Amino acid sequence: MSEDIKVKDGLRESATFDRTTMTEIRRAAETGIYDIRGFGAKRKLPHFDDLLFLGASMSRYPLEGYREKCNTSVTLGTRFAKKPIVLDIPVTIAGMSFGALSANAKEALGRGASLMGTSTTTGDGGMTPEERGQSTKLVYQYLPSRYGMNPDDLRKADAIEVVLGQGAKPGGGGMLLGQKITDRVAKMRTLPMGVDQRSACRHPDWTGPDDLAIKIQELREITDWQVPIYIKVGATRTYYDVKLAVKAGADVIVVDGMQGGTAATQDVFIEHVGIPTLAAIPQAVRALQEMGMHRKVQLIVSGGIRNGADVAKCMALGADAVAIGTAALVALGCNHPMYDEEFKKIGSAAGFYDDYHEGKDPAGISTQDPELMKRLDPVDGGRRLANYLNVLTLEAQTLARACGKNDLRNLEPEDLVALTVESAAMANVPLAGTSWIPGKGF
Amino acid sequence: MKTINLTEQTVRDLNQALHAQAVECTEREWEVLEPKGQHNIACGLDQNLSVDIKGPTGYYCAGMNKKAHVTIHGNAGQGVAENMMSGTVRVKGDASQAAGATAHGGLLVIEGNAAARCGISMKGVDIVVKGNVGHMSCFMGQAGALVVCGDAGDALGDSIYETHIYVKGEVKSLGADCIEKEVREEHIEELTELLNRAGVDEDPAAFKRYGSARQLYNFKVDNTSAY
Repeated sequence: MSEDIKVKDGLRESATFDRTTMTEIRRAAETGIYDIRGFGAKRKLPHFDDLLFLGASMSRYPLEGYREKCNTSVTLGTRFAKKPIVLDIPVTIAGMSFGALSANAKEALGRGASLMGTSTTTGDGGMTPEERGQSTKLVYQYLPSRYGMNPDDLRKADAIEVVLGQGAKPGGGGMLLGQKITDRVAKMRTLPMGVDQRSACRHPDWTGPDDLAIKIQELREITDWQVPIYIKVGATRTYYDVKLAVKAGADVIVVDGMQGGTAATQDVFIEHVGIPTLAAIPQAVRALQEMGMHRKVQLIVSGGIRNGADVAKCMALGADAVAIGTAALVALGCNHPMYDEEFKKIGSAAGFYDDYHEGKDPAGISTQDPELMKRLDPVDGGRRLANYLNVLTLEAQTLARACGKNDLRNLEPEDLVALTVESAAMANVPLAGTSWIPGKGF
Repeated sequence: MKTINLTEQTVRDLNQALHAQAVECTEREWEVLEPKGQHNIACGLDQNLSVDIKGPTGYYCAGMNKKAHVTIHGNAGQGVAENMMSGTVRVKGDASQAAGATAHGGLLVIEGNAAARCGISMKGVDIVVKGNVGHMSCFMGQAGALVVCGDAGDALGDSIYETHIYVKGEVKSLGADCIEKEVREEHIEELTELLNRAGVDEDPAAFKRYGSARQLYNFKVDNTSAY
């Protein structure tokens, strides 16, 4: 029955118990277990689309597109590290694990990032030689699980990211289900084949910010203070978390908003924990500014970044760079329509597939199946990712020039207005056509 | 023997000097005086060195050790020998919580007691404790062996994977999916070898063995009461 016929017949769907909700209730009743899935939040959230740039007209002077330079490089880790990491573009690849992703996908991410002079990041499974080999700038994640953690890899890294939380599941750990555990993945994580691999929600050998300061010092000692130390938090109490991260000694802070993706966690976590990326940035920037550390401790923002406008808006709100995860996978071919028939065979559809934990990804990205993995050519994937990163950068530059800026980091909140009261309040910019910022008076 | 006094030089000076031995080994025996509970002493070593620390240490002493043999002549703070890869770390006194956390290899000997979470998420290290261990020890222990010559606190081996646990004294309670197991000849042999390596004079036959029931290895809705 088509939608039109239903409406014509006077049938009315409940807004509260819509078909998706009722399907989930039936699924829960049948299985007795919550829904586990990958991807990020699917509900509509206040996002960067609710902000607009004020291009230059009379009161501002624009720069000439394609002619006048607009710098995109950014240096991360200028606070303590002897070797700060220099990125040619302010878009990095977020941490995603080998295990959750195929080796080819990890290699493609490294290739694409390297082509554009930016960094990629390991994940909850350790560092693979392929990834290190293809990534000219590699950030090594120091995670609660410590799967595969070793000092040799620490010393091979260009930066170390201490992960305290993830935007998709702040306060939660991960679960790589047994069906994706190949011999190699199991060996890297020191666990038996086929066993569900739980990633802890907290680090095992420290319990708070005071301990974290000592832990960071340990990581610096082990690496002789050479490389930057990032701290990654899931966006929740961002203002306080950022202040504590600065106090603990971070060189760089990564704030991951709730639109950030994940390999596998409870749907209820993805949709109901954390705050939107848009809301998190001003909190983080305010914390840094109050401590006199804005631009001294660099801020990377992630969670639902899709295009150059999102990049530019993050930077205008005060970020130094952004990180992409889901978008990078889509660039590689995740959820590609060419596999629609195969998605249907496993009960999904192109554009809707989120069962990364099942390891049956027809696109060969979130799988360990050797036959499926072959579908992603890492060289071609890397080129596609590089193209996409290039587009993000060009788009962000275009917007910056229109605002009269010769450096992406010169974008500022004054360049933005909000379309909705909610986004104005969250982003701390005025409602379009007014000078009103909710909570701040006229 | 090279001697460094930590009231005259910094921990950074010490660690840099020890790390330099991985590039060119000029001195195998090191003595560290007056550590006074400072943190991160002798961490990240990557050379077959002998390091004697004459006093108490703070957090993460000998963290991520490779190859070196570190002796702490006193008590050790939190996370001693965390994520050790190989070599030996011996604590002559007591150790605070998370001793040997996530360690992948080598031998950690604690001649006194160890606090909570000893061997948490251990991934292949062998840990021998002459005294007692605190609650939640070996939580999510993946591989290696934990030998406790005294008593164990609550929730021993909670959510354990394949670590072997041997306890001579009382166990206050076992954690989820941890059960007492039969002690067979191969376990006596393993325990004998561990005690010998640790230099601990105990009768292997006096120990009980604990390990995973393997009921929670894959998520099953019938087990939700255990989570």
